[in-house]
Amino acid sequence: MSQSAAPARPSPAEAPAPTDQVVIATEALTKVYPGNILAVDHLDLSVDQGEIFGLLGPNGAGKTTTEGMLTTRVLPTEGRAFVGGIDVVAEPARAKRVIGVVPQTNTLDRALSVWENLYFHGRYFGMGAKEARAAADYRLEQFRLADRASSPVTALSGGMAQRLMVARAILHGPAILFLDEPTAGLDPQSRLALWEIMGELHRGGQTIMLSTHHMEEADRLCDRVAIMDHGRILALDSPHGLKQSLGADTEVVVSADGPPERLASHLQARLGELRPGSDVRVVDDKVRVALRGVEGALPLILSLCEQGGLTVRDLSVTEPTLETVFISLTGKDLRE
Amino acid sequence: MTATVAAQQSSTRPAPPAGTQGRATAPAAFRALLLRDVTVLRKNLKEFIPRTIMQPFLLVFVFTYVFPKIGQGVGGGGRGSAAFSTLLVAGVVALSIVFQGIQSVALPLVQEFGYTKEIEDRVLAPLPVSWVAVEKIVAGAIQGLVAALVVFPVAALVPATPVHLHVSWPVLLTLTPLACLTSGALGLTFGTRFDPRTVPMLFGIVVLPLTFLGAIYYPWSALGAVKAFGFPWLKVLVLANPLVYMSEGFRAALTTGVRHMSLPAIYCVLAGFAAVLTWLGIKGFRRRVIS
Repeated sequence: MSQSAAPARPSPAEAPAPTDQVVIATEALTKVYPGNILAVDHLDLSVDQGEIFGLLGPNGAGKTTTEGMLTTRVLPTEGRAFVGGIDVVAEPARAKRVIGVVPQTNTLDRALSVWENLYFHGRYFGMGAKEARAAADYRLEQFRLADRASSPVTALSGGMAQRLMVARAILHGPAILFLDEPTAGLDPQSRLALWEIMGELHRGGQTIMLSTHHMEEADRLCDRVAIMDHGRILALDSPHGLKQSLGADTEVVVSADGPPERLASHLQARLGELRPGSDVRVVDDKVRVALRGVEGALPLILSLCEQGGLTVRDLSVTEPTLETVFISLTGKDLRE
Repeated sequence: MTATVAAQQSSTRPAPPAGTQGRATAPAAFRALLLRDVTVLRKNLKEFIPRTIMQPFLLVFVFTYVFPKIGQGVGGGGRGSAAFSTLLVAGVVALSIVFQGIQSVALPLVQEFGYTKEIEDRVLAPLPVSWVAVEKIVAGAIQGLVAALVVFPVAALVPATPVHLHVSWPVLLTLTPLACLTSGALGLTFGTRFDPRTVPMLFGIVVLPLTFLGAIYYPWSALGAVKAFGFPWLKVLVLANPLVYMSEGFRAALTTGVRHMSLPAIYCVLAGFAAVLTWLGIKGFRRRVIS
């Protein structure tokens, strides 16, 4: 095989069932950890070929466990999971051929150089020496790590290490790329660089499953997002669809003197009459109001507060984000 | 700066290499894992050799070079010290093989499971997880073999008194791989059962008794003299130590005239140890990498 071969897409022989385009499927997938800790609760998922699919939720929502089960590292307690049409429990070794994984922590091989990390990964996946060398060179160039080829991986910055992990994960041309919180702990510039890379992979037809608690990441990159909490999917749609589902197009965040609960109940009562369908919640000692119609929203809230004898300390208005959706579904902040 | 990485270059680059799924077989992955470990060994040879030689060298140097020179009696002095140098060669070779199991398999695994998690990429290679564990044993065995080769000349040449070796090749060529695999399996078992916090225990409670009571400095049969109420308790107790069979086996392979345990017993028990430790090691490995 040479570098001029077809783009990194799954080979037809190992591709998912021919009748459909589904590359990840789960049926009532469940994981209970020892101590009766329910991490994932009867999850039904289906991800299509070429999609970037996001699992969005706070820490402990079950995102990592879900990806762990799909990547053969966590054994489901119940239910089934398929990647590329292969049952991950029945045939883990075969399933591992079609996946590429970027875990949450840096798992680069510290005994090897940057280049060797890619080279040996290629060899693990059946590449010959020449082919693995070419693939390693190619990916280092692509991810702008070529000048670091012979460095020890411990000398890489966080952003570079993460790029190398992605380069390694896609080296063997997996049908599905799993990324678990790929930009957590990265500086904004490295985060942007990684987003750019994911966008490029996506345009090349790479199916990606991405877990994140970064709402902007999910919003920007994902075709569809599953909002998870306590091991369950609370909502699943495109980022746009999710925000539409709020029935609100404006979010006002307000804080006033006195207990936020008092402010919230006051606004709730008055808005119920004036702007039916508005959603009022206390999050992080502030009151978040999701309502329809940005026009007049700020003066309205201000005057309501004044009427209630509440002195406003801070007030801001934004478009609703996936976080607004998350808050409306769970009543809590994503970062909690 | 890096934000445009992929985009900028995509127009001028050749198309990326295609997927390998069709060729990613378990045997190929196993071989590649071995290749990785051998490469790492080769890269680290500068550390491997001193680390491997030091303990056996000191042992041989003090017991068989310094002691005879200062008139300290080990093995009785005179002809006895020559016999001692000879019997120590076998023990030292066995010891360095067992130490490789600890140093090249157990300790790196403790670190990888405990802190670095870097074994994950190898666990995700397209082969059953149990094969990854077995590869660790084989890689450990190869390092044990290299250690034995490095240590043998030290044990044979350092002593002040002559060493009388008489090599039985059939025994040496069969026993060495068996001993190396057993120690690799021992390393896997320990490496999956200890964590960074309990590693000092591994040395204090496991490795020390293993070595001091491993028939390195004395032939096993000599322990018959240690009795309580007429019962040779120590001779029986140390039978639980796999190192005893390795030392005795190398004694059979390298010397004549030094009494050793019967060869069929050595082979059978060592094979038994290898099987049980491999099983325990694979079980422990699976438990550590799959939750």
